[in-house]
Amino acid sequence: MRIVIAKPGLDGHDRGAKVIARALRDGGHEVVYTGLRKTPEEIVRIVMDEDATALGLSTLSGAHEVLVPAVCNGLRDEGLSEVVVFAGGIIPSGDHDSLHDQGVRAIFGPGTRTSEILDFLETTSQRIESGQPVGIGENSGWRWG
Amino acid sequence: MAMGLNDFELLNSALSGNRRDLSKILTAIEGGASFEMGPQDPWTLGVTGPPGVGKSSLIGRLISKWIGRGEKVAVLAVDPSSPNSGGALLADRMRMGATDSSDSVFVRSLATRNHPGGVTSRLSPMIECLAACGWSRIVIETVGAGQSEIRIVAFADRVLLVDGPDRGDMVQAEKAGIMELADVIAINKSDMPNSQHAADSVRSALGLSQGSQPQVYLVSAHDGSGVDELLEEIEACSVSNLRGRLRTRERLLSLWDSRLLDHPRINEVLYAVETGSITLDEAVESLK
Repeated sequence: MRIVIAKPGLDGHDRGAKVIARALRDGGHEVVYTGLRKTPEEIVRIVMDEDATALGLSTLSGAHEVLVPAVCNGLRDEGLSEVVVFAGGIIPSGDHDSLHDQGVRAIFGPGTRTSEILDFLETTSQRIESGQPVGIGENSGWRWG
Repeated sequence: MAMGLNDFELLNSALSGNRRDLSKILTAIEGGASFEMGPQDPWTLGVTGPPGVGKSSLIGRLISKWIGRGEKVAVLAVDPSSPNSGGALLADRMRMGATDSSDSVFVRSLATRNHPGGVTSRLSPMIECLAACGWSRIVIETVGAGQSEIRIVAFADRVLLVDGPDRGDMVQAEKAGIMELADVIAINKSDMPNSQHAADSVRSALGLSQGSQPQVYLVSAHDGSGVDELLEEIEACSVSNLRGRLRTRERLLSLWDSRLLDHPRINEVLYAVETGSITLDEAVESLK
């Protein structure tokens, strides 16, 4: 699968995003890593140019309630409804529901095993193949976990 | 693969400037599809050099200059796939500066081992597609570490070789034969000590060979110095007959390789050689 791992906003480090990028590569995926401090518009542009199947957003700064919906809306506005969005980093559990409502299919916090993210992507692949909704613009209440 | 109606619509949309559909078409071409685009005359630059010398950052600088001149710049950034997992980590674009926000830049990352024959057989049709869609400067970036990378830059009509100070890697580049293909050489990181020394030693190595030699430029992707002069040379450089022939040779070998690796009986024949039931010569004969 082609996956973009992106860092929206003003986070100071990207250790977690790099660990995830490496783990997904070792799991056989093609991972495009954006580097730090990308705007939601830039992230949407990268997903489009790279024709990615999935987008992983890593945020640590606490701005996820602004940045993640901005990326999700941008993807829908650009006709990238089939892209699967997942998130990780520091996202308090009280905020999970509102992000899921935005179409984010999975949220992985600290301590997540990388094998779980690979399992999520595998399940996602199966859903895409069987035509079940899983993209950011595809209406579905489905979420991981 | 013949073009279906959907392909036709997709192509028309991409030709009229739809970025998402261009991106979809590039994926399809990478996967082996073909699209009728008519004859194209793409402007291409291959950029290669050892890891860590600042190729992507320098490309970022060139992109800004080109955009200032009204060009539309597309980059195909080729990175190796992991031989173990088949996965790839593609991170060239993160060093290309503000490229992610301009309408005049398109960056696509490519992994080398997506299909048995490698990415090389798909490069020409991807380049033609980008040219047809109005991208006036097409850059192919690869790490210059060995034979397969040489074959990738050989698909460009001009080649820029980048090196840095204190690396000593130019000797490796020479071994791999990339020096012979380079039309222009840039020594990056001129803001660091010893870069002048690196440029001098490359010039002196070049001085030992016969024929017309590529110009060597000292540049800094960090502060931008020397980039204007480098760009002028890249725009002005003409391909010598000798390098033209070398390049054609690499392209031919590369397509030959892909054809061989895509052969339907390749695994069967490999197994037969491995188990000793046929010789290598017989294997070659049977794959003809």
